[in-house]
Amino acid sequence: MINSNKATVTVGLASCGIAAGAQKVYDAFKESLEGLSVQLDFSGCMGMCYKEPLVEVKVEGQQFIYGKVQPEQVKRIVEEHLQAKKPITEWLVAAEQLETPDKTFLNRQQRILLKNCGVINPETIESYFSVDGYKAIKKALKDMSPEQVIEEIKLSGLRGRGGGGFPTATKWALTRRSPGKDKYVICNADEGDPGAFMDRSVLESNPHSVLEGMLLAGYAMGANNGYIYIRAEYPLAVKRLKLALAEARSKGLLGANILDSSFSFDIQIREGAGAFVCGEETALIMSIEGKRGMPRIRPPFPSEAGLWGKPTSINNVETFANVPWIILNGANSFNQYGTETSKGTKVFALAGNIARGGLIEVPMGITINEIVYDIGGGLASGKKLKAVQTGGPSGGCIPASLSDTPVDYESLRKIGAIMGSGGMLIMDESTCMVDMAKFFLNFTQEESCGKCTFCRIGTKRMLEILERITQGEGQREILNSWRN
Amino acid sequence: MATVSLTIDNVKVEVEQGSTILEAAKQIGVNIPTLCYMKDINAIGACRICVVEVQGARALQAACVSPVAEGMVVKTNSAAVRASRKMTLELIQSNHPQECNTCQRNTNCELQALSEAMALGDIRFVRPAQSHSKDDIDNSSPSIVRDPRKCILCRRCVAVCEKVQGVKCISTMNRGFETVVAPPFNQSLNDVNCAMCGQCSLVCPTGAIVEVDDTGKVWRALDDANKHVVVQTAPAVRVAIAEEFGMEPGTLAQASWWQPSPPRL
Repeated sequence: MINSNKATVTVGLASCGIAAGAQKVYDAFKESLEGLSVQLDFSGCMGMCYKEPLVEVKVEGQQFIYGKVQPEQVKRIVEEHLQAKKPITEWLVAAEQLETPDKTFLNRQQRILLKNCGVINPETIESYFSVDGYKAIKKALKDMSPEQVIEEIKLSGLRGRGGGGFPTATKWALTRRSPGKDKYVICNADEGDPGAFMDRSVLESNPHSVLEGMLLAGYAMGANNGYIYIRAEYPLAVKRLKLALAEARSKGLLGANILDSSFSFDIQIREGAGAFVCGEETALIMSIEGKRGMPRIRPPFPSEAGLWGKPTSINNVETFANVPWIILNGANSFNQYGTETSKGTKVFALAGNIARGGLIEVPMGITINEIVYDIGGGLASGKKLKAVQTGGPSGGCIPASLSDTPVDYESLRKIGAIMGSGGMLIMDESTCMVDMAKFFLNFTQEESCGKCTFCRIGTKRMLEILERITQGEGQREILNSWRN
Repeated sequence: MATVSLTIDNVKVEVEQGSTILEAAKQIGVNIPTLCYMKDINAIGACRICVVEVQGARALQAACVSPVAEGMVVKTNSAAVRASRKMTLELIQSNHPQECNTCQRNTNCELQALSEAMALGDIRFVRPAQSHSKDDIDNSSPSIVRDPRKCILCRRCVAVCEKVQGVKCISTMNRGFETVVAPPFNQSLNDVNCAMCGQCSLVCPTGAIVEVDDTGKVWRALDDANKHVVVQTAPAVRVAIAEEFGMEPGTLAQASWWQPSPPRL
């Protein structure tokens, strides 16, 4: 636990930070702070992936964030900032009295579910308790009926953040209404879109918020068992989830009679082998059941016959992470953000040719321009924007001419793109769109499950056509023959 | 039983609730072509030949798995439907050996018949890669040959082997374009618990699973002056012969002079 009187150093240790060398920075601090009255801690992803490794220094209640910290810089930070109390201005990316471009990166966002990501220590439950953790489930168990929980989510206007945008409350109500004693809650953490890392960051930075969301879902639907289906390529997220599950169990927040109520709920982790198609809900269920991961025809929908044939609700990581906040702060605090039909905020993994790439959370309805220029600081190459890719391989490329489109489910669909789960790739004018299409077709072709004809053979043939075009073998007659 | 009324190709039809569009269409004599569908055994919507246009739906629907709904308006032969079916056929044919003339199933092939009925014409793809080669042919079994090149992955053989015969010695392996129907770990058919019942070859719409043709061996035996050749059929063949002569399935064909011996108790 962070003692507020004591100076603290917090190193961001999510995958993004560790990949940039944050573990070495943490170790260097550990060595340098030996014998000093400074608390060393770590957190998850602070969002500014472009400045990793990030280090937060808190001295006398004042917060300073250093970016791109290398182990050899640690000694000077300790001596000048922590001991002599003189911040090293040229290395700072954000501080309360300091105006930096990186501050706009943070200020233009609306961080609800990312609020505690990069703030709390994801490996201790006490840290989550310190930010009102598990108060929402306490409130629900004490003061709310399951129907009231669903009603509150309905009022909030929360829609599925995995990309489909299906109203979360409707899904829960359908599952609740389905007959049967055994019901399941599944958290879809099989994040597979190229360039997407929202779920990974949330799970690495604030795993308990997802567990609490699942608990609330279980209570609302009358389910006693939950599964988290997560890809095995996310070892750190799996490790932190396992720690979180063990701690929650030891505190009586999972298991039988949670908080001395009549509600019992437990969660298991299922690691997926990394098949993209297992992010589709029926394929995901097949995979948990130990079968070949292939989508099956709906109906029946999982809310009627899902895992092991029982009523099941599958929601995305981000959807669950929103739930405790809504229950604690009320539906109206949530639906004040967003547009008429798309409420709240959306997390995006801003990547590609962008000056300030990272994990961002924005109110629904913000325009693509605002994301690219205000938050992202424009293109990294300094060239003109050509397109923004959203929604993963089955999404779309939004051309620069449409970049004033508001980011909400309906507006994006209207221009032929989709919201998707939150991957956002920025491309400058030097990007070849045929190459881009080829990259994504190669991905969908590799990841086809092989069941239906036009995915199994169609993506292969489309890829071959694009390959020929990029190799200078394209023929106008062939293009014409396809038009007819 | 509750019923649902809908319109198919401008004809009003009332069918049992829970029926599929395919079943409803059949009721009024509208034929929707299928490849992967087998009644009660394989309804998986995989081949997408049976797509139809449902008013208000986002995309074309597979008739074999789409349940009917009250007031539904279905078109089974619109321009969009025909274009989609033809594209699907063209895709399947682009990964299928063009050797119908010498195929055991020539003139008795569902893929061939459908391509003809739809006037498929040219395959427009240029040098399309093939998922399997002649090296992948499994002729290890004394009675069944598997040729993955000709397989269209309808999975009818998988379904009949598992659900009807209860053997389950073949299933889909690998993913995407490389998907293949094979015994576990791509073993030879002769090395697994295949009962050689032949049901898979019976339901295969193409020549991907066929019987071993031993006609040559028989000719050689007949031509051998030193060999006295006797013909004996397996008992079960009588059922097949009876069915070929239009008798009720399961009837034992027998010569009029032949009397079965009384059962020995």
